[in-house]
Formats: sequence, C-alpha cells, structure tokens
Amino acid sequence: MSRAGRGGRFAVIAVPYAWLLAFFLLPFLVIARISVSEMGATTVKDIVAWKDGTIAFSLKFGNYLLLAQDDLYLRTYGSSLLFAAVTTVLCLAIGYPFAYFMARSRRSLQPALLMLVMLPFWTSFLLRVYAWKALLTEQGLAANAIESVGLDRAMAAVGLIPGPGQLMNTPFSLILGMTYTYLPFMILPLYSTLAKMDLRLLEAAADLGASAWTAFWRVTVPLSRPGIIAGSMLVFIPCVGEYVIPELLGGPQTQMIGRTLWDEFFSNNDWPMACAVAVTMVLLVVVPLAVFSRYQAEASARST
Amino acid sequence: MSAEAFLQIRNIVKEFDGHRAVDNVSIDIVKGEVFALLGSSGCGKTTLLRMLAGFETPTSGTILLNGRDLADLAPYERPMNMMFQSYALFPHLTVFENIAFGLRRDRLPAAEIQSRVESMLKLVQLGAFAKRKPHQLSGGQQQRVALARSLAKGPQLLLLDEPLGALDKKLREETQIELANIVHDVGVTCVLVTHDQEEAMTMASRIAVMSEGRFLQVGAPAEIYETPASRFVADFIGNVNLMDGTLVEDEADHVVVDCDDVRHWIGHGITGMRDMAVTVAVRPEKIRLERDNVSSSPTEVDPKPFNEARGTIKDMAYFGDYTVYHLQLAGGRVLKVSQTNVERQPDRPLTWGDAARASWSDLSQVVLPR
Repeated sequence: MSRAGRGGRFAVIAVPYAWLLAFFLLPFLVIARISVSEMGATTVKDIVAWKDGTIAFSLKFGNYLLLAQDDLYLRTYGSSLLFAAVTTVLCLAIGYPFAYFMARSRRSLQPALLMLVMLPFWTSFLLRVYAWKALLTEQGLAANAIESVGLDRAMAAVGLIPGPGQLMNTPFSLILGMTYTYLPFMILPLYSTLAKMDLRLLEAAADLGASAWTAFWRVTVPLSRPGIIAGSMLVFIPCVGEYVIPELLGGPQTQMIGRTLWDEFFSNNDWPMACAVAVTMVLLVVVPLAVFSRYQAEASARST
Repeated sequence: MSAEAFLQIRNIVKEFDGHRAVDNVSIDIVKGEVFALLGSSGCGKTTLLRMLAGFETPTSGTILLNGRDLADLAPYERPMNMMFQSYALFPHLTVFENIAFGLRRDRLPAAEIQSRVESMLKLVQLGAFAKRKPHQLSGGQQQRVALARSLAKGPQLLLLDEPLGALDKKLREETQIELANIVHDVGVTCVLVTHDQEEAMTMASRIAVMSEGRFLQVGAPAEIYETPASRFVADFIGNVNLMDGTLVEDEADHVVVDCDDVRHWIGHGITGMRDMAVTVAVRPEKIRLERDNVSSSPTEVDPKPFNEARGTIKDMAYFGDYTVYHLQLAGGRVLKVSQTNVERQPDRPLTWGDAARASWSDLSQVVLPR
C-alpha cells in the first residue's frame, strides 16, 4: 500500500477515535476525577496538592462506599435497571410484530409506514410526554378509556398502580411513557434486518416440513438477532439513565437513578457524590454490555 | 394414462393477473424418472415446479402424487423436497443443522438424526465440513449441502430448481455428472427445472421443452435433439440451420425439398403433400466441410446439386475441440458448420475467405412443418 493510502486509512480511523476521546473519554475522566474529590466551599478540591514541599494525593472513595452501603442508592439502581428492562421487553413485544408487518407489506407502502414510525419525532419529546400527563390524569381521555374497561382494577391488583383510578405518577405511567417514547428505536433496527431477509429461506423451511410458526421461530427470529440486539440496546441504555420521563410521569414508587443524580447535583450540591452515582451507572451498563459483545464477537469468530 | 404413473399432472393452469403462466399442462411421470422442464426464463417452468412444491396454487387442474391429490396439502405437508435456486441455505445454521432441519421437524430421535445426517454428508462427500456455516463453503460445496438437505428426509419426489445455475462452467460440467449419479443412486423421482439444455440432457431421462406456458415437445434427450417436432424446439435445443422451402417431390422412400439456393434429398418419406411449405433443419455437426477445389467453370458443375452448398468462409470461431464456420452462400444465406478438429496441425486449414463446399447425408435433415 502506498504511503498516501496508509495515511488516508489512518485518518479515517483516527477521526472517530479522536471524537470519542475528546467528547466521551475525557468528560468521563473528568467526572471520575470529581467523584473521588473532596467538596470544598464552592468548588471541588484538587486531588493532587503541593503543600510544604510534598505532593499529596487525596482520593476519597467515601462516596462509592456510601453508594454500596446506602440502601436507597442500591434500590434506585435496581429499580432503574428493572424499569429499563421491562420497557425493553415491552418495546420488543410491541415493536417486533410492528416491524415484521412493515417489512412484509407492499414495497410501495413501506416508505409511508416508515414515515409514520418516525412521525412522533417531529413533535417535541417534552410535549409528547406532557401530553401523556393530560391523557392519564383523572378524567383524561386515556384514563377514562382504561377505567371504562376495568383495566385499572387489574393493574391495581398486581401493584402497577396504588389503587383504581390512580394512573398518574405510578410505575404504570412511567413504563407507558418510556415504552411509548423509545418504541421507534426498537422498530427501526428490527425493520431493517427483517426487510433484508431472504424470503426464500421461509419457503425452504416450509419445504422441509416447518409450519409457519416453526419457521418464524427457527428462521426469522434467529436471523433478526442483530436487529433485536441493536434495538434492545438503543432502548435499554438510555432508559437506565432516563430523567425527564420519571420526573414527569413517575412518582414516589419509581425513583430512578436519573432523578437521584439531579438531586445530588442541584439540590444537595454534592458534586463528588453525583459524579460517583454517574460513574457507577455507566459501569453498571457498560461492563455487562462489554462482556456481552465480547461473547458475541467470540461466538461469531468461532463460526468464521 | 400409464398405469405406473407416479406423478400425474392434469390440465394445470396458472394465471397471474389474466396472464397464463402455465397453460393447460398435463404429464405423467413414472417412479424413478428424472424429468426436466426446459425453457427460457418466463416460460412457466418455475411456476409449474412451485405448484408441485405447493408455493403456488393452480388456477385449475389437479396434481396427483402416488394417486393422492396434493391440492389440500400445505408445502410443509407434502412428501417432496426442493433444492432451491441458489440453494437458500440457512445462513445461521451449520452444514449439519441445515441438513438436519427437515429431520428435526419430524421429531426424529437424536441418534437417528445424527446417523441420517452423517450418511447424507458422506453421500455428498462433505463429512469434514459438518461444523461450517454456509458462507464458509465454496459454491460447489453449498450446492452439495443443498442437495443433501433436500434428500435427507427421503422425499418421494425431489424438485430441483436450476440446480447448477449458480456454478461456473467448469464446475458445472463436473457437478452435472456427479449430481446425476447421486440422484440415480438414491433412485428418487425427480423433476428438474433448467434453462440450460446441457444440464437437462445430462441429468434427465425425459425432457419437456416449454414455451409460453405450454409443453412443445416431451421426449428423451436424443429424441428432442435429433427429431425436434417444431421449428421452435429445433432452434431452442442446440444449433441448427433452418431452411424454408417447398416440398417438390413426395415419394414413399424419399422426398425432395427445394429451398431456392439449396436442394435437399431426404432419404425417408414424410407425412405431407406436394407444394407444402416446410422448413428443413440441419445441425451444424452433421455437415461436412471441405476446400472447394473445383477450378473449372461453373457451367460444368451441377448448378443445384442435392445436399450440398458452395460458398466462402465468412466467419470462423475456434473452440479447441471443434471449429464453427459460417459459410456464406452465393444467395446470401449463411450456413453454420461445425467440424471436429481431429488433426492437431492440418496441412492447409480452412480460413477466412476460402472457398468451401459443404455437404450432408440424406438422413441428416429433419423436415418440419411451417
């Protein structure tokens, strides 16, 4: 390869790396640094200090210890992961059939359907979440519909809402809001893998004795795995750290880590603690994903 | 109707938006036969095959397999398997699992699946590749996996859709014979769809030439090639010189056809009558070509001798084993002649611009109605 070619290749790889370094890794390191600092009167103290001819390092891990010991934080992390997981499962359950029928509909119809999926993005996200507030409040349209079919009593029975008629600021309203907001992020990657699928494979499956149901589970689902994984990550990761939806639609039962983060930063003004919460959240999400994607890479390397 | 007909196709019609893709086709296929549907794209051969597999529903007509009407059977219930064009192997499954797919649907015990798949792998000589994924195989290997997959369930009828279409020429020639041998050894009744006449001829015991949804001729490969029933079939299968003319002599033991610049003496009688407009077909390899050494004046030679033509070589194409010459006759007609290159370095090989004389025997022509 020529020198120019090698330089070009280097540039192409270097630019995104530089971007990630400057805008993701460095801020993360700044946050990580603050999380192990002492809070001063108005600003955080330096972790390296030059005093009387000695260099003093001071790393304060108290925040992390507190995180690990304080029941409140642990429960908040737990419920964040739980709500994000439930939202992801719901998005998958609703999004998969949706994407499937989109991908199998007439070619000429598909751009219009795709447009419909993306249409909500044309309205402000905040506005849409506020709209749910109005819909779910007492005598709201959705609330009336739910109560008229008695669904609220069923939800109260399983603990999704505290009692019949109380829909707002409950786990139910939170999950509804997150599922509604993140559904397109599930549908789009699923649609793109399903639309690419070779339909003759389904004929081959039928020819070999598989019913439509079996062919779906044995052929369509395994082949749409990349879409399922991509969609689930696109929903799960932002849901864990979601702040706006829990703030607007959530309630006392739905403390999520985004809310805690806000409180630490702006109510308690405890930046080191807030940063410790943030770092822990990133690690909680990133570490399992890294392990998972490594396992994936190994699995595909084995088969190659 | 033959008593031993295994697959009976009765008056099958398939219409798409008013267009008849398959137009009233009937055929009986006996057990163990390899039957080829041969035609160019859009002739309805694939539609017919897909109706056998159950992927298309006939507009009218019936299909009986072993006396049983297939109309109500979904594809997954039919006792037949198909080898798809460009194979349609499951990309997420290994070779082993691809072959086992159909067996698993039948819920066979694991040990039996294991032994059946292994014997299939052995049959197609892919034992070492069981753990590979389809994309790690060459085209020829994928083709063999597809064959093994379609044979694994021991189908009563094997459907092959352009089985060699995705292979390059050299590999296709090798695979053709191998595939024919495997199908023959297994003894399965087979319907094969192809646009490639060589493929049809090497594989099949009978060929149906299709055009515009109809069967034009059904017969053994040699029958189709040597005694085509129509202009279309003669022209579609192999190369041919077609000469339009008039029947001028109609005897019991011979006929004479006058084609303006060429006169044919045909050494057998035909059903026809004098002055009938006919077409004479002569295959290029049935014609002998030699240097035209007649230096005398043209008046001395018969101006229109039987079964021969004089001209100059306008074009030639050397294929190694044989050469195709285009002989331009005085009247403007171009005669295609192919000659086997028996000698390595002939003395004075015919070349562009040479005067040459073409001749053929009186049993080499086929007279076709026009």
